Amino acid sequence: MNIADFRFTKEHEWVGAEGDVAGIGISDYAQKELGDVVYVELPALGDRVSQGSACANIESVKAVSDIYAPVSGEVIEINEALEGKPELINQSPYHDGWICKIKMDNPAELDKLMDKAAYDEYLKGILED
Amino acid sequence: MKKTKVNQAHHLLKGKMVEFCGWELPVQFSGLSAEHLAVRTTGGIFDVSHMGEIFFTGKQALAAIQHLTSNNAAKLEPGKIHYSGLLTEKGCFVDDLLVHMMTENEYLLVVNAANLDKDFKWMKEKAGHFDVKIEDRSPGYTQIAIQGPLAIKLLAEFTDIDLDAIGYYHFVTGKVSGLDMIVSRTGYTGEDGFEIYFISDEEKATRLLLDLVEKGKRYDIVPAGLGARDTLRLEAKMALYGNDIDDAHTVLEADLAWILKLQKGDFIGREALQKQKEEGLRRKLVGFEMIDKGIARHGYPVYVDNREYSVVTSGTFAPFLKKAIGMTYLPIDRCAIGTEFLVGIRDKQALAQVIETPFYKSDKKSV
Repeated sequence: MNIADFRFTKEHEWVGAEGDVAGIGISDYAQKELGDVVYVELPALGDRVSQGSACANIESVKAVSDIYAPVSGEVIEINEALEGKPELINQSPYHDGWICKIKMDNPAELDKLMDKAAYDEYLKGILED
Repeated sequence: MKKTKVNQAHHLLKGKMVEFCGWELPVQFSGLSAEHLAVRTTGGIFDVSHMGEIFFTGKQALAAIQHLTSNNAAKLEPGKIHYSGLLTEKGCFVDDLLVHMMTENEYLLVVNAANLDKDFKWMKEKAGHFDVKIEDRSPGYTQIAIQGPLAIKLLAEFTDIDLDAIGYYHFVTGKVSGLDMIVSRTGYTGEDGFEIYFISDEEKATRLLLDLVEKGKRYDIVPAGLGARDTLRLEAKMALYGNDIDDAHTVLEADLAWILKLQKGDFIGREALQKQKEEGLRRKLVGFEMIDKGIARHGYPVYVDNREYSVVTSGTFAPFLKKAIGMTYLPIDRCAIGTEFLVGIRDKQALAQVIETPFYKSDKKSV
């Protein structure tokens, strides 16, 4: 999965699709905002998620952050490495810090999300505030 | 938002600024865990100018303070400090504070920023009849905390004061970087360190803070913010007003019997506390760690015998101890070390157990 092909949500989740399977995680901006991740509550295998609903939890020292499913579908893989090394999300938010993989009900949902260029613009807007 | 005199330094140092009790203050600089760990191993520099400085001056300064607080201020000497409680008639907290004896007729009370106005009104109302002048001199003061094993080395570069000679919970007045200061060996981190109080203009205060940070680099001492301040004090099991102590829990329930001196004479709350001591406590503040995965945070429900009993008063993932810890009030028969209970974390109930506190204790002899 190439970051250039990822789609992004306004809540700073990324989606990388291969066929009808979507890997998801949080963006570099999001991991910086959170600070050191100390605990990740992963979804369970087989969980059904819908676009925009909370599917996981990331805890930093100071706060809990809900992670919203960028697409609807079934969780078919979870990144168990995060259980022992939650800091992977800080160290490698787009690769080793992936959260789970979802078998998409409707890949067309990706069209609703921002591509990388749009997300970068979106970030510029936030940082300028 | 109000700005402390060293506000410009925070912006120059690229601190992440937030609003806290009406003040613009940095919550972090390099990162919460990094700053927390620095304080435990080398040092951290905090702007704590938002705290309140209230002076009691006059023939009955001591009498007024004795009337208002739980600890025995008659035991103080010039240069000595103690931790105490400003109590309600029920023996609960209006605030917690530090009492410094300047001279026989002058005392400095340092109170929480969040309670400054409330405390000042309370003090004037309850102790105004004593022959004492009670003044809020907070706006003039800048307060900087330098905390950690190497704090003394850093501060020594800025003053000729014999810092080694200042014992824990003692203070001196003298010059630091040419400015008149109160230099106290106190802190809210559980480490050795100093808090310096001074009256100055923005330019000099900002310059001093930046100089401390610059020279601090030699010792790997870093600027630190409110985020680390909170995790550090929690690891050291130091109470935070509004979380662990408040006007609904007594001094005894808050596990602070050591700042209560019932024999010292009459004071607000004495009768209620004497009664509670005789009758026995029904609940007490304990420290706990999580057994199940999860982090217990302030406000999360605490279950005893399957019923919601209280809430987590303070909780976090402790960056130095690397585990989830917290504090809560439990029924008195459930306060023994090892007792298990449940914390509601979102839609689950996670197991926790009472453990000994403080969670962390510095091995430095000075603390």
